[in-house]
Amino acid sequence: MNSDRYNLRLANVSRRHFLKGLAASGALVIAARWDVPMAQQGEAPQYGADAMPHGWVDDPNVFIRIDEDGTVTIINHRAEMGQGIRTSLVMVAADELGADWERVRVEQAIGHEERYGNQNTDGSRSMRHWFNPFRRAAAAARTMLEQAAAERWNVPAAACRAGVHVVTHASSGRELGFGEIAAAASRLPVPDRDTLRLKPRDEWRYIGQENTGNGRPLAIDGADIVNGRAIYGADKALDDKLYAVIARPPVYGATLVSVDDSAALQVPGVVRVMEIAGTGQPAGFEPLGGVAVVADNTWAAIEGRRVLEIEWDTDSAGDNAAYDSAAYRQVLEERAQSPGKVIRTRGDVDTALADAQTRIEETYYMPHLAHATIEPPAALARLADGKIEIWAPVQAPQATRDGVANRLGLAPEDVVVNQTLLGGGFGRKSKPDFVLEAASLAREFEGRPVQVQWTREDDLHHDYFHAVSVDRLEAGLDRDGKALAWRHRTLSPSIGSLFAPDPLHKGDFELGMGFNTVPFDIPAMRLENPEAPAHVRIGWFRAVYNLPHAFAIQSFAAEMAAAAGRDHRDYLLELLGPARQIDPRDLGDTWNYGEDPARYPIDIGRFRAVVETATEAAGWGRERPAGRGLGLAVHHSFVSYTAIVLDVEVNDAGEVTIHSADIAFDCGPQVNPERIRSQMEGACVMGIGIAMHSEITLSEGRVEQDNFHQYQIPRITHAPRSI
Amino acid sequence: LDVPDQMPLLWALRDVVKLTGTKFGCGIAQCGACTVHLDGEAVRSCVTPVSQAQGKEITTIEAIGADEVGRRVQEAWLDLGVAQCGYCQGGQIMNATALLKQEPDPDDARIMDAMAGNLCRCGTYNRILKAIHRAAGHEEGQA
Repeated sequence: MNSDRYNLRLANVSRRHFLKGLAASGALVIAARWDVPMAQQGEAPQYGADAMPHGWVDDPNVFIRIDEDGTVTIINHRAEMGQGIRTSLVMVAADELGADWERVRVEQAIGHEERYGNQNTDGSRSMRHWFNPFRRAAAAARTMLEQAAAERWNVPAAACRAGVHVVTHASSGRELGFGEIAAAASRLPVPDRDTLRLKPRDEWRYIGQENTGNGRPLAIDGADIVNGRAIYGADKALDDKLYAVIARPPVYGATLVSVDDSAALQVPGVVRVMEIAGTGQPAGFEPLGGVAVVADNTWAAIEGRRVLEIEWDTDSAGDNAAYDSAAYRQVLEERAQSPGKVIRTRGDVDTALADAQTRIEETYYMPHLAHATIEPPAALARLADGKIEIWAPVQAPQATRDGVANRLGLAPEDVVVNQTLLGGGFGRKSKPDFVLEAASLAREFEGRPVQVQWTREDDLHHDYFHAVSVDRLEAGLDRDGKALAWRHRTLSPSIGSLFAPDPLHKGDFELGMGFNTVPFDIPAMRLENPEAPAHVRIGWFRAVYNLPHAFAIQSFAAEMAAAAGRDHRDYLLELLGPARQIDPRDLGDTWNYGEDPARYPIDIGRFRAVVETATEAAGWGRERPAGRGLGLAVHHSFVSYTAIVLDVEVNDAGEVTIHSADIAFDCGPQVNPERIRSQMEGACVMGIGIAMHSEITLSEGRVEQDNFHQYQIPRITHAPRSI
Repeated sequence: LDVPDQMPLLWALRDVVKLTGTKFGCGIAQCGACTVHLDGEAVRSCVTPVSQAQGKEITTIEAIGADEVGRRVQEAWLDLGVAQCGYCQGGQIMNATALLKQEPDPDDARIMDAMAGNLCRCGTYNRILKAIHRAAGHEEGQA
C-alpha cells in the first residue's frame, strides 16, 4: 500500500478503549488506527484489499492481545472452512511478533468490518490481502514491547530486541517475557507504519515452513476436530434451544397458498408451525420463504414437516416452473450454433476457419452442481431486548449482519454475528439466507435461541447452484497443425440474475474467469457470449466460471493437439507462446479478480513453468500400458497458476481408474505450504467428482436429486491413488 | 433418556444429551458423518433408533480418545494433517477405529472398502488412507 496515495491517518483513536481493556483483562491492548479513505472520483482506481468494502486494518489493538502470563491471542476475522486461515494468519502474526507457537491462541472475530476491515471470505484472497496488514500489526506490537523493555531497563530501544517471546538487552543479556511488559507496552504510542521493521525472510520461523508434526505448528483446530469439540453451525450449546426445519417452495419463485399443519402439530415435540416470508425473484441473499416447523428437537421438526399439507402457487414462478435441465441443454447447444454478443475479437475468424487445412469443433456441457458442503446450512439466533445474537457458519459475517439487521429492522450495532467453523463453504455460505431464516424465527420466540437446520434434501433442492454451461469451440489449423483460428462461444446463466433482472449474459467478472483471458497466441480469435436465462438461484461455486471455461478450453486444446498429430504438452506450450506478461485489459478483462493488472498480469512464464513442472514430475512421454494415458491441463484462476497431469486407465468395460495426479501450483509466496498442498489435493478430488460423478438435474422446475444416493460426490474409491 | 423410541440416536445425542461431536450430514446413512460405536461396532446414528441402542455401550467421537486404537487414529490424523474443514472427520475417525479394532492390519483395498461410506467434501481421502496405515503401524510409503 502506497501511503502517499491514500493520505493515511495514524491516530491513537481509543486510549480509553484500550485502558478499559487493560483493566478488564490485564492484557496488552495496543491502540492505533489507520483509516483507509475511499478513493475519490477522479483518483486512481483501487485494487486488492484497498478496493474491498471496509478495506483493511493493521491495527494491533484489533488483532493482538497479550496477557500478563504471556499468552498471545491473535484475532482471526476470516472464515475458516478448511483452507486453514485460522492457522495461517496466526502464523504470520506470531512470526512477526516473535511469539512462541505454544503460547499462541486464536480467537474468532465477530462480524464487524468497521473494526476489522473486510471479512468476506471468498475470492481466494484472505492471505493475498491480509499477509501484510497482519505483519504490520504484529511488527507494531513487537516494537512497542521492545520500547517498554527499554524503558524498564533505562536503555536505548535500539539496544533491545524481541526474540522468542522475550525481549533481550543484548549487551547485558537481560530478558523480559512478553507478558511482563505487555501492560507497559500498551501505554506507549503506536509507532508510525513507515518506521516499522518487518522481519526479512531469514528471520521467519513459521512463515513458509512445513507445519505437520515434530513440534512445528499444527493446524490450530486440529485437536478440537479429532476430539469432536470443534464448534460448527449447529453445535453452540445454549439453554432452551428450539429447533426448526423449513418447507421451502419447490420451484424458484413459487409462493405459499395454504398449509394444513394439524398433523404436524400432533407430532410430539412440535411447538409451532409458522410461515416465513420470502422475497420472490431475484432472491439475493434473502430466504426463499416457506413454512417453518419449530420443535424441541430437530427430529421432531423433521417429522412434523413430513406431514405438512402445503399448496404452492407455481404460477408466480413464471417459466421456472417448466424448467427442464435436459431441454435447456438442447436450447443452449442450439444457440451455440449462432453468433452471440462479441466479447473479444482479433483478426478474421470466419475467413481463417474457411481457409484452414483442418477444422475441428467440440461442444462441452457442464451441468448444474450443488455445493453439498458436508455441513448443511444451519444457524442459531436469539433475540432479546432488541438485540439479536447469531451463531452461524458464514463466509461473509458482515453481509450476514447487514442482512439480519435489514430483515428485522434493527441497527447493525444490535446484531452480533458469531462466526463458527464452517463445515465446508465453497461459496455456498457466502449467502446468509439460512441465517436470515433463523433470525426471522428468533423474532417469534423472543428470548429463546432458535436453530434452523437444513437437511441434505433441503440443501440439494434449494442450493445456489453452479451455473449450467455450454461451451462450443472451433479451431482451424494449417497443414503443419499450427492454430490459425479460434472461436469460442460460452453460454451460462449469470450470477447477476440473483440480484437484478436477469442480464442474460455473463458479467465481466464471470467472463474474466478464464474466458476472455484465454492467453493463447492465435492470429484469429473470436469470443462470443450468447444469451442464457436463469431458472434457479445461481451462485458462486468454488472457482466459479473457471470450471466450465477451463474444462472446455483445456479439453479442446488436447483435441487440437491430437488433430495436429502433435504431443499435447508441446502443443499446449506452443499455444501459450513465449514467456511474457499480458495486461489483462489487453484481453478485454478489466476485472482481473479485483487485483492491480500491473502487479498481477497474466504471466505466460508462470503458465509455462507449471506445465513444465507437472509434466516433468509425471514422467511425461514415458511409455504407457494399453488403456492408460496421461491427461494434462493448465489454468489461471484467481491470480494463481495450476497445471495437472492425471494418469488415467480406462478398462474394456469403460471403467476409469485414476492412478495418480501430479499438480504444479504457483500461488506466489507461500505462508503455509502444507495447507496449500492439502487444498490442491482436495480440489483435485472435487474436480474429479465434477468431471465424472456430480450432476443436478431439474424437471418442472424441481431438483431431481434428493440426497447423496442420487447426487454423487467423490468417495475414497474415486480419489487418485496418489496426489 | 426420555425420548420417543424411534428418534434416531443422532438427534438424541445432539439435541438431548448435547454431545454435538457427532454430525448430521444426510440422514439416510449415505455419508457417515454421524458414525458412532454401539458395543464397539460402527453404526450410522442417523438411521439407528434410540430403541436399538438401549442396553448397549455407545461411544462417540468425544470419548474415542480413551480407546487405545482410537487414540492412535486421532494422532495419525493430526500427524498427517488430514482434516480440512473437519466436519466429517469425527465420523471418519470412528469408522477407521472400528475397522482397525476388527482388522489391525488392513491393506489399501480393505481400507477403501471400509471407508467408502464416509464422504469428505474437502477431498481428504489420500490422507485418510495414509493415516489409517499409520495408525496400523505400517511403514511410511506402504500407503
